[in-house]
Amino acid sequence: MHSICSQATTVPISNFASGSRSPALAFSKQVNLRFCGLRKEAFGFSGLTHSCSSRVPFSSRGYSKKISASAESNGTPPKSFDYDLIIIGAGVGGHGAALHAVEKGLKTAIIEGDVVGGTCVNRGCVPSKALLAVSGKMRELQSEHHMKALGLQVSAAGYDRQGVADHANNLASKIRNNLTNSMKSLGIDILTGVGTIVGPQKVKFGKVGLPDSIVTAKDIIIATGSVPFVPKGIEVDGKTVITSDHALKLESVPDWIAIVGSGYIGLEFSDVYTALGSEVTFIEALDQLMPGFDPEIGKLAQRVLINPRKIDYHTGVFATKITPAKDGKPVTIELVDAKTKEPKDTLEVDAALIATGRSPFTNGLGLENINVVTQRGFIPVDERMRVIDANGNLIPHLYCIGDANGKMMLAHAASAQGISVVEQVTGRDHVLNHLSIPAACFTHPEISMVGLTEPQAREKAEKEGFEVSVAKTSFKANTKALAENEGEGLAKLIYRPDNGEILGVHIFGLHAADLIHEASNAIALGTRIQDIKFAVHAHPTLSEVLDELFKSAKVKAAALNHAPVSEPVAV
Amino acid sequence: MQTELVAQQFLVFSAAPSPIPLLYSLHPAILHSPLKSFAFFCCPQFLTSIPPPSKKMDSPFLSNTTLSFSSSFSSSPLPHLFPSVSFSPVRFKSTQRRILTVRSKIREIFMPALSSTMTEGKIVSWVKSEGDVLSKGESVVVVESDKADMDVETFYDGILAAIVVGEGETAPVGAAIGILAETEDEIAEAKAKATSKPGASTPSAPAPTAASTPAHPKSTPANAAQTVAEGRRKTVVTPYAKKLAKQHKVDIESVVGTGPYGRITPEDIVAAAGISPSKTNEGPAVVVEARPAAPTKATVVSSAPPILPPPVPGSTTVPFTTMQAAVSKNMVESLSVPTFRVGYPVTTDALDALYEKVKPKGVTMTALLAKAAAMALVQHPVVNSSCKDGKSFTYNSNVNIAVAVAINGGLITPVLQDADKLDLYLLSQKWKELVEKARAKQLQPQEYNSGTFTLSNLGMFGVDKFDAILPPGQGGIMAVGASKPTVVADADGFFSVKKKMLVNVTADHRIIYGADLAAFLQTFSKIVENPESLTL
Repeated sequence: MHSICSQATTVPISNFASGSRSPALAFSKQVNLRFCGLRKEAFGFSGLTHSCSSRVPFSSRGYSKKISASAESNGTPPKSFDYDLIIIGAGVGGHGAALHAVEKGLKTAIIEGDVVGGTCVNRGCVPSKALLAVSGKMRELQSEHHMKALGLQVSAAGYDRQGVADHANNLASKIRNNLTNSMKSLGIDILTGVGTIVGPQKVKFGKVGLPDSIVTAKDIIIATGSVPFVPKGIEVDGKTVITSDHALKLESVPDWIAIVGSGYIGLEFSDVYTALGSEVTFIEALDQLMPGFDPEIGKLAQRVLINPRKIDYHTGVFATKITPAKDGKPVTIELVDAKTKEPKDTLEVDAALIATGRSPFTNGLGLENINVVTQRGFIPVDERMRVIDANGNLIPHLYCIGDANGKMMLAHAASAQGISVVEQVTGRDHVLNHLSIPAACFTHPEISMVGLTEPQAREKAEKEGFEVSVAKTSFKANTKALAENEGEGLAKLIYRPDNGEILGVHIFGLHAADLIHEASNAIALGTRIQDIKFAVHAHPTLSEVLDELFKSAKVKAAALNHAPVSEPVAV
Repeated sequence: MQTELVAQQFLVFSAAPSPIPLLYSLHPAILHSPLKSFAFFCCPQFLTSIPPPSKKMDSPFLSNTTLSFSSSFSSSPLPHLFPSVSFSPVRFKSTQRRILTVRSKIREIFMPALSSTMTEGKIVSWVKSEGDVLSKGESVVVVESDKADMDVETFYDGILAAIVVGEGETAPVGAAIGILAETEDEIAEAKAKATSKPGASTPSAPAPTAASTPAHPKSTPANAAQTVAEGRRKTVVTPYAKKLAKQHKVDIESVVGTGPYGRITPEDIVAAAGISPSKTNEGPAVVVEARPAAPTKATVVSSAPPILPPPVPGSTTVPFTTMQAAVSKNMVESLSVPTFRVGYPVTTDALDALYEKVKPKGVTMTALLAKAAAMALVQHPVVNSSCKDGKSFTYNSNVNIAVAVAINGGLITPVLQDADKLDLYLLSQKWKELVEKARAKQLQPQEYNSGTFTLSNLGMFGVDKFDAILPPGQGGIMAVGASKPTVVADADGFFSVKKKMLVNVTADHRIIYGADLAAFLQTFSKIVENPESLTL
């Protein structure tokens, strides 16, 4: 599961005021006065008037003049706007925001310096799902025991690496086209180039070697995403020492690959590589594999996804130096104890995948122009995704969503944040409840979660003084899972017995990623266990695992008469 | 030390139902137990070699009383119950000796075996802490096995005097993980015992055994000498190889790695464990399928160094890759086959002319030669046969031409299956695919080990004639030299210049005789000299 971003390459910031005559851009086509009438004037600056007349198409000449004019008056907001909303970065977050903006009647443009779709579509969730689909099928076909139990006979399963790689690539381009077309058909302008904020409500964009253009918008959303994070000391050559960007191209299947980091990305790739015949060594800085997962789920996942597979691991160690294979030598990895900092071991492997997380991508965004200082690379925002400047003040009309703000580095979280921002700029206050955003890891079987882990819930309970209970159900008791001969799995519910509030749900098992939404929707809508347990599930389905789970929870009688549904809380 | 080592009995139960049948299968005595929960005796010898249920051994289970286990130890015929299990004989001996002399109330808590495949367990958490008073049936510790987490209960009243293996640490089945004292007076003594047992907390290496057995001391200096000679060469073991070694109890140090950069691969462990290779198809495999019997491969390393001449100063030793190791093995194996060679000059002017014509359509010389050989083999089935057992001919129904290809310091023989049946164009296409796959190391086993006859061509290097080694399992191999303009005199004494190519076939004389080979070569030569039939 990767999060979204639009990966723009760094562009030297050229002086836009140097009289660059921008080519006649196609703005003149967009005579859409209808939008103006829909706008609420309430959220503009004081003293700012924008009349419909300003939206009347201007000639190319007039437009260039306007650029120099606005350039000269850099620092002050423009009087009228080219767009209602400009989104910098056409990843999943930007796309989600753009679509919702159009629905709300905003004139919208999206600036993309690389390819539409960002990380998720091009170098993340989408192509990785293609590889994982292959690995899932390979696993099934290779598991003689499993096949026999179903009465099937299959001769040796093999694969063609290029064919698998093509499948991933084709999927990415298909989704990318869908995304592009969906925006074009709605009349969203896709502006190509690296977007740079030059002042309040003003964005410059352009490609290397081409003159820049400046556009203005009432509101701006930064959605520039992230890139793979590579710790220092690690030399990425793209062949034997790689990041997820390279791995998704599947240019080779090494006999033995070390995966640095055992989070979502590392875990998913271990699933792919072991299914394709590689052996895997995990290197994890923390003491436990799969940090971030509920410990119980992590432990079970380790029993199923790690121990029986061709995987070993080193925990509590940093990979301080990784040297790619060259001159007839293998890839070498120097391990240092995470606590004592003593050298611990040196590994020799065929390849190393760096899956140590992602870092926000804000290069060339011009944050210095608006006095924003990043924190560990992330753009600071409040709970409404409003960007906070170096003095701790909110910057009006500027928002940041997705990986770039680091709140929750997931594609769908970015999209949800974008929608939340559009709601706000169109006059409805909205705060996104991040605890209702589900996450999934697409191993075989899958892992999914929403809300708090058990330790988090217990910590919160101690602080706030409430009781926490845990209910669990096994996939072993589910008819559909047994029919598939995939009984390995667990669903876990963390809740408040006093009022029936769902604090967290964690699922490890067949199609866990698809099952989580019943729980995440319940959290988002504030549905309590005592209400949802009466919802009916089709039989026999995997979703009955959750049905069982809710039914097995013991909510105290006092809560049952209590009026349900409290407002979702922002986190 | 006035103590003795007494095995602690535990009740083990599990939240998950699945491991229970496993527990049943551990010890027949359990089946007789009147207890509802599962009691067993946490002694490794018991678990690794299940003794027949004997009256004497049953009694402690059945009685469920305070009957000290030490008494049954001393009274029962122990040596018979515990046959020569390799598990730390030293400790066992000392146990026995102490039992005879002392009676004590300090007991060790052992790592229980919670499943039939469990070799070690991890302490998830100690439910009790040091100094806690335990009554029998209480949960003391949670142990994580390869299958599940289980609570382990004590079968004795007492005080948890010392925790030997802390939370998060791992101990092999049967190792002491804690010390139980019966009274407070014994706590100090028990603690002393815990600290005096350094082996218990790092239980992986049974250090004392080395001293008693002569084998280990010998190997240590040898190893040291080797390290000096080879410089730094640490053992690199792949993850799966590690798992297999543990599973099959293979000492990794005794295995010589044949993988890339000398690493120990799963195949090496399988060979060292003497398991017949299972039909694992994943990954690209090597030249000719591995023969099951290769017991000498891994274990005899220590005897090898004395025979070798001292290394020339400045030389470097590069271990074989898997592919190179397989080539080496096959080459040595070929020495057991009596081979002979027959050469034949073939005029190739017509073939060359044909080649020029079909080249634009993607036909390669390899495909032409393979096709010609295959067509000749159809007429001479004996040359396409092989001798598997030294007693019979095995006639192959298909003509599969293996073609030797040099690849990245290795050698592989992709196979053109049914080369006689496929037309030239299909064959050329097939060949292209095979070469690509070979480069990407993605040949499936049947794509490199199903050959019935091999073709080796060094003509492109200008080699005029050479001699090939017959690969095991095949009847013949054809070595093709370069085609060179040669002055020839015809029957009337006219000189002309023809292109001649020398082919030299090596064959297994147990099944293929000189006349067979000569006749085959004559046919081959006719086909090449009148190559129109190749395009049909």
